[in-house]
Amino acid sequence: MTYLTKPKLHHPTLATNKRGFTRRDYEGPVSTLCAGCGHDSISAAIIQAAFNLDIEPHRVAKLSGIGCSSKTPTYFLGQSHGFNTVHGRMPSVLTGANLANRELIYMGVSGDGDSASIGLGQFAHSMRRGVNMVYIVMNNGVYGLTKGQFSATADKGSKAKRGAINNDSPVDMVGLALQLGATFVARSFSGDKAQLVPLIEAAIAHQGAAFIDVVSPCVAFNNHPGSTKSYDYVREHNEAVNRIDFMPKREEITTDYAPGMLQEVVQHDGSVLRLRKLHADYDPNNRIGAMNFLQEHQARGEVVTGLLYVNPEPEDLHIYANTVNVPLSTLSERVLCPGSAALDKINASLR
Amino acid sequence: MKKISAVNDFVIKFANVNGSGSASANELFARSILRMGVPVSPRNIFPSNIQGLPTWYEVRVSERGYLGRRGGCDLMVAMNPQTWDADVKEIEPGGYLFYDSTRPMPKSKFREDINVLGMPLTQITNEAYTDVRQRQLFKNIIYVGALSALLDIESDAIGQLIGEQYRGKEALLKPNLHALQMGRDYAIAHLDCAGVGLKVKRADNVGKRIFIEGNNAAALGAVYGGATVCAWYPITPSSSVAEAFEKHCRKFRVDPETGKNRFAIVQAEDELASIGMVIGAGWNGARAFTATSGPGISLMTEFIGLAYFAEIPATIINVQRGGPSTGMPTRTQQADLLSCAYASNGDTKHPMLFPEDPKECFDFAATALDLADRLQTPIFLMTDLDIGMNTRLCEPLVWDDDRKYDHGKVMSAEELEAGRDFGRYLDVDGDGIPYRTYPGTHPKRGAYFTRGTTKDRYARYSEEGPVYVDNMQRLERKWETARNLVPHPLTRAASRPSKLGVIYFGSTSPAMTEALDVLEAQGRPLDAMRVRGFPFHASVMEFIASHDQVFVVEQNRDAQFRSMLINEGDLDSARVVPVLHYDGTPITARFIIAAISEHVAFLNVTPIKKVAQ
Repeated sequence: MTYLTKPKLHHPTLATNKRGFTRRDYEGPVSTLCAGCGHDSISAAIIQAAFNLDIEPHRVAKLSGIGCSSKTPTYFLGQSHGFNTVHGRMPSVLTGANLANRELIYMGVSGDGDSASIGLGQFAHSMRRGVNMVYIVMNNGVYGLTKGQFSATADKGSKAKRGAINNDSPVDMVGLALQLGATFVARSFSGDKAQLVPLIEAAIAHQGAAFIDVVSPCVAFNNHPGSTKSYDYVREHNEAVNRIDFMPKREEITTDYAPGMLQEVVQHDGSVLRLRKLHADYDPNNRIGAMNFLQEHQARGEVVTGLLYVNPEPEDLHIYANTVNVPLSTLSERVLCPGSAALDKINASLR
Repeated sequence: MKKISAVNDFVIKFANVNGSGSASANELFARSILRMGVPVSPRNIFPSNIQGLPTWYEVRVSERGYLGRRGGCDLMVAMNPQTWDADVKEIEPGGYLFYDSTRPMPKSKFREDINVLGMPLTQITNEAYTDVRQRQLFKNIIYVGALSALLDIESDAIGQLIGEQYRGKEALLKPNLHALQMGRDYAIAHLDCAGVGLKVKRADNVGKRIFIEGNNAAALGAVYGGATVCAWYPITPSSSVAEAFEKHCRKFRVDPETGKNRFAIVQAEDELASIGMVIGAGWNGARAFTATSGPGISLMTEFIGLAYFAEIPATIINVQRGGPSTGMPTRTQQADLLSCAYASNGDTKHPMLFPEDPKECFDFAATALDLADRLQTPIFLMTDLDIGMNTRLCEPLVWDDDRKYDHGKVMSAEELEAGRDFGRYLDVDGDGIPYRTYPGTHPKRGAYFTRGTTKDRYARYSEEGPVYVDNMQRLERKWETARNLVPHPLTRAASRPSKLGVIYFGSTSPAMTEALDVLEAQGRPLDAMRVRGFPFHASVMEFIASHDQVFVVEQNRDAQFRSMLINEGDLDSARVVPVLHYDGTPITARFIIAAISEHVAFLNVTPIKKVAQ
């Protein structure tokens, strides 16, 4: 892999957002992933979501593990600090970073090998702790960088490019996230930008642990007949529960959807998720219902996508830890050090 | 029969069953001697278990202030039938056995050459108390009362301590004082107190010193040193570091106006996650630490390599225990030196600090946080179970209120705005330490990508050979900078010129001090150096070069410290002689003296009398 920069010049009429940034300001260097890789579409969706939300790029910290998916933070938000950690351990590093500075937006990017195989433990515990972050798994069911071995999300019976059949049961990260207490759980498809971009926007606005499983076909090793993570398979089996529109709180709420098909969810920060329901009976505020719905459809071989669960009033690790409102990293010795007088008292109590 | 006779210089050992409440009574005993101005050094010898297994509490009383373990036992308080035989056997000839004589014991269970003091403790407590729990707890206080009479410990000293312990808890205060008095009265009336040759006599050798556990002191050092994030996973013998940190933070780190915490503590799911969190917090500009022991270090090793190579501050307190593997979880060793010094794959090395006692645990914990920021790398505080989990007499803790935290080279938004060149791995002033930026500093400048892969001076990924070598050489320059920043060694010159020297570090210190005094008195003076930091300061190699031979005293089997000296100093191995103690008990002066004397005799220098083991 080489490090490529893109030309800094861009078209003078390129649209800017409210912060004065163009879409290009949210890009990174040229991707070195394979042409047609689903991951690049997800990077593009992240760029679009950040642009739409008028986020200042430097207020985002993007962290990843190891693997093809974990390389992508290089290719978006070039003005953000990034951290490519070790394999499967991004969640702990992100948790520590979040503890140090609660004011940044944390984006954790991982893959199915990184999060469901080697990193399943850290994935699970970061969900349990309610770390305020957007955790995106670019899920292709395969190890790309090491050339096509199955990952733990590969479906039982699915076929590898070289013909091997997977006999192990798959890890369903969406089901796990629901069960472990994530307060925003969604699944999408890298080929469905219309669904994915508003989901990422809503996840960024969500002030708790937000998890998005994005099925992202691997064009090199997992896009063949017999694979259950191929473009064709996902398109044929996609069972969307809703279509989401995301409105930040400052925008005027308009009603241009047919009533009866709409459900609005107001998140804690005032932003509105407007869900166009494709399944009339689907309730995204019901965690148990979401788990049941997911299991039933999974049994039928359907890939359920959309916003599966959201708790509009989430709590996060900082609430549990009762930390001060300012970043811990900004506290000085003036408030951190108890001083010599207190130490003298301690000494006196130890005699 | 011979009776050991000693004033303010003996060892008393309590053999108990763990979970029986003996620990606090035994500590009360030790503290009462301190209150009489006589230094004591107690040690818990305990199993990895919560209830029912044998546990010992050994108190060395030493007016001269020798705080190392002495070895041997002059008075055994045998309260555990399970270990009776071994406990009786351990008593020095002419020593004393204090035991519960409620049930008659066959003569064969005793020794001819020891002095037996029987007291029907169970009978006394059963008559005085009906509640089972009370019987057990007060039995301990009763034997402390009896011992105070036997050893001439002032009852006021104990009464005062009990008063302080139960201040405001009248319901507990009176029964404790009563139990104490009951024990004293019985001993005075029924035991030959005057016939016991071991006595405590008021002295003035404690001064302003304090009595504290190393783990507690290290936690205080982390509070004073400005740590705001602590991520940890429970492991003996380090758990009490994080627990003490939380206790101190609740007292000192809660914003009085909002009631919110100026700290965050996470009990992680494992050591991988705890070091990951520390690294994440350090990357993001907070001071963070973890506390662990050997097996935890093994798990953290991949992350330690990342922090070395990506250059992220992290402070790791390693309270060492006996290894390898699960090893001896409740015994002490200095056996993680190599696994910490060179932790992780590839060419890695990490600074380490070696505290000798709780005072230095406090000092070095704060120093480690400064050094981690200054050097942008993991710093190890290498303490051990002997220092960490035992209450040790040490100098009072001191803090200079003018001291500012050293955050090292951090480029500010203003500097970036002014157009200052920022290269994350660019050495601008030759010390090998580059500037860093905290995430979120500036809208357009100073962002970079942190990674464990190789990169150029501007943090751009590269696997080009020259780029890699350039970076590795800069890291080597940083290592040289660290050499002068870690605490310098301290030397103690012999009374007359000596061709022999001794190097030691960490918890060996009190035993070594005593051994040096004895060797000196025996006409075998040695120059001594206590190393306090790694990488080794230049004076360490100068010390070795200026002696014919240097003993390296350490508590592991493989002479790890000696290997590091040979490796780092490119030494002729014949110049450094290993003195190794690794049975899990703290090293003793007797052991050191014997080992050195034996070697000196072998060298055919003036033979000296071999000291009894």
